[in-house]
Amino acid sequence: MSRGPLLFKDIDTPGLTGLDVYKKQGGYEAVASSVGKKTPDEVIEIVKASGLRGRGGAGFPTGLKWSFVPKQSPKARYIVCNADESEPGTFKDRELMELNPHLLIEGMILAGFAIGSHQGYIYLRGEFEYVQRILDKAIAEARAAGILGDNVMGSGYAFQLYTHLGAGAYICGEETALLSSLEGYRGQPRLKPPFPAVEGLYASPTVVNNVETLMAVPHIVKNGGAWYRQWGNEKSPGTKVFSVSGPVKRPGNYEVPLGYSMKSLIENECGGMRDGLKLKAIIPGGSSVPMLPAADLDTPLDYESMNAKGTFLGSGGVIVIDDKTCIVDALWNVTRFYQHESCGKCTPCREGTYWMSEVLERLENGTGRDADIDLLADVADNILGKSFCALGDAAAMPVQGALKHFRAEFEHHVKHKTCLVNRRREEVAGVRA
Amino acid sequence: MSHGTVMPVDGPATLEWSEKAKAEVADALSRYPVKRSAVLPVLWIAQREWGWLSPAAMRLVAGSVGLPESEVFGVATFYTMFNLVPVGRHHLQLCMTLSCSLMGADRLYKHLQKKLGVSHGETTKDGRYTLRKVECLAACGKGPCMQVGFDYHENLDEAKVDALLEKLK
Repeated sequence: MSRGPLLFKDIDTPGLTGLDVYKKQGGYEAVASSVGKKTPDEVIEIVKASGLRGRGGAGFPTGLKWSFVPKQSPKARYIVCNADESEPGTFKDRELMELNPHLLIEGMILAGFAIGSHQGYIYLRGEFEYVQRILDKAIAEARAAGILGDNVMGSGYAFQLYTHLGAGAYICGEETALLSSLEGYRGQPRLKPPFPAVEGLYASPTVVNNVETLMAVPHIVKNGGAWYRQWGNEKSPGTKVFSVSGPVKRPGNYEVPLGYSMKSLIENECGGMRDGLKLKAIIPGGSSVPMLPAADLDTPLDYESMNAKGTFLGSGGVIVIDDKTCIVDALWNVTRFYQHESCGKCTPCREGTYWMSEVLERLENGTGRDADIDLLADVADNILGKSFCALGDAAAMPVQGALKHFRAEFEHHVKHKTCLVNRRREEVAGVRA
Repeated sequence: MSHGTVMPVDGPATLEWSEKAKAEVADALSRYPVKRSAVLPVLWIAQREWGWLSPAAMRLVAGSVGLPESEVFGVATFYTMFNLVPVGRHHLQLCMTLSCSLMGADRLYKHLQKKLGVSHGETTKDGRYTLRKVECLAACGKGPCMQVGFDYHENLDEAKVDALLEKLK
């Protein structure tokens, strides 16, 4: 059974990780028909025309990002795949790479060709050691077949590709921290500008793209920008993989056209909530985006519709929260994550995430004070937009979203020193401290 | 990130690469135009060789990638997956982040604590298991999830954890 219209269409074909099966499905046809046959600018124009936007979370137009790389530069240029997949709630890239590694390699070759790069790296989070082995095998196969190397499919274009394994740090999903890590430093972010397109890896022009973004590229280059727009809408064209987690009947990865109904995704693809539970809140784009109440369930899954509701499509990590879960408890879990993952470089994030966790801990544990809700909002406001990189915003936004939609639960905690509802109260007690 | 307060612990006085590791280090160095970039891959090779990163292992890595020991120490202490103390034969890393927590990770943690008699960061007396709470492993749709070493174990409950522990001798 097909699990999606494009990236997941034939992903369950047996043997797809091998070059032969991949080629039988039309694999590497985009490289064969464009590398050395089209100009790099023509490839960029096709991707621009498709309207493809970065699938890692920011939604920045991919073709535009590529066009920022200086055409004339004495320095080497690099294409880097962000396969750090560290945003809680997101697990799409792992499955995409595990089942179809050659599609990522093909996307890397095309992106490399478009920006004039001859060397690429796939930066994987440390936990993905087994994915690295799958990719390394596919890379070796592609190299032996002359698809990677000094003369890509006889085109005269040279492209080398390597995997690089991180070692456990959420922050390395932030592109400048990723580049620091790839250079052999602590994974701390750098000030932008200069943007990586101008000064990235080894201070050279660099493009960093997410796995899912790069995997859409071969399909687009082969079939054209207009073809890709058969899915989605004007500003959010194409398909997107959503990772659904939490107490639904069938959690998992689902590829749907952008603009698809979130309600349908939960009720049809995922089979609805587990028995005895109702949906209370939904985090649509990974744990860093503001949550929405059940009333907003019918929001279309696209960038603009989510923004209109005060949240973000993000990475497509949809976390479902049920009516028997305490929002204060859930938020404490999320905030504690960001406290743990703050790299320590800048004060608003390093100190702010700590204080938000402290306040949420005492609210949850029944020792909250009257002023704590305002204090929480104040700390979040003092992080948002004031930290070095997006991790600070990622920590502040969930707090703001929860306070906006579920303030009554926080007030209940202050007044009654306990949860309004919490099926997991006994489970959680004492574990997190 | 970060291990919190990390103090160097004793280990062997000196270490040498095996022939196999030597070849892996050379391969890692060949992948980058700048030697320093190989520090993470070479730290991984050391951790595979000896199970943890002793001061002697970090000195060896420093020599291999041409960095001062202090720099290698600074890098190794930033990344949570590098073991700065010896760990048990089976490193149980249970995800505690929201999606896994909603599906019962906290309950499983208590179960493991009780069953093994150790808490976060501790190793059983027989050296068989180290238990650690970790953050999101990108297995949210199949939570609760635990990595044992590098192996993913998903959709866990108490019975599955018990069966798994039995298999891990």
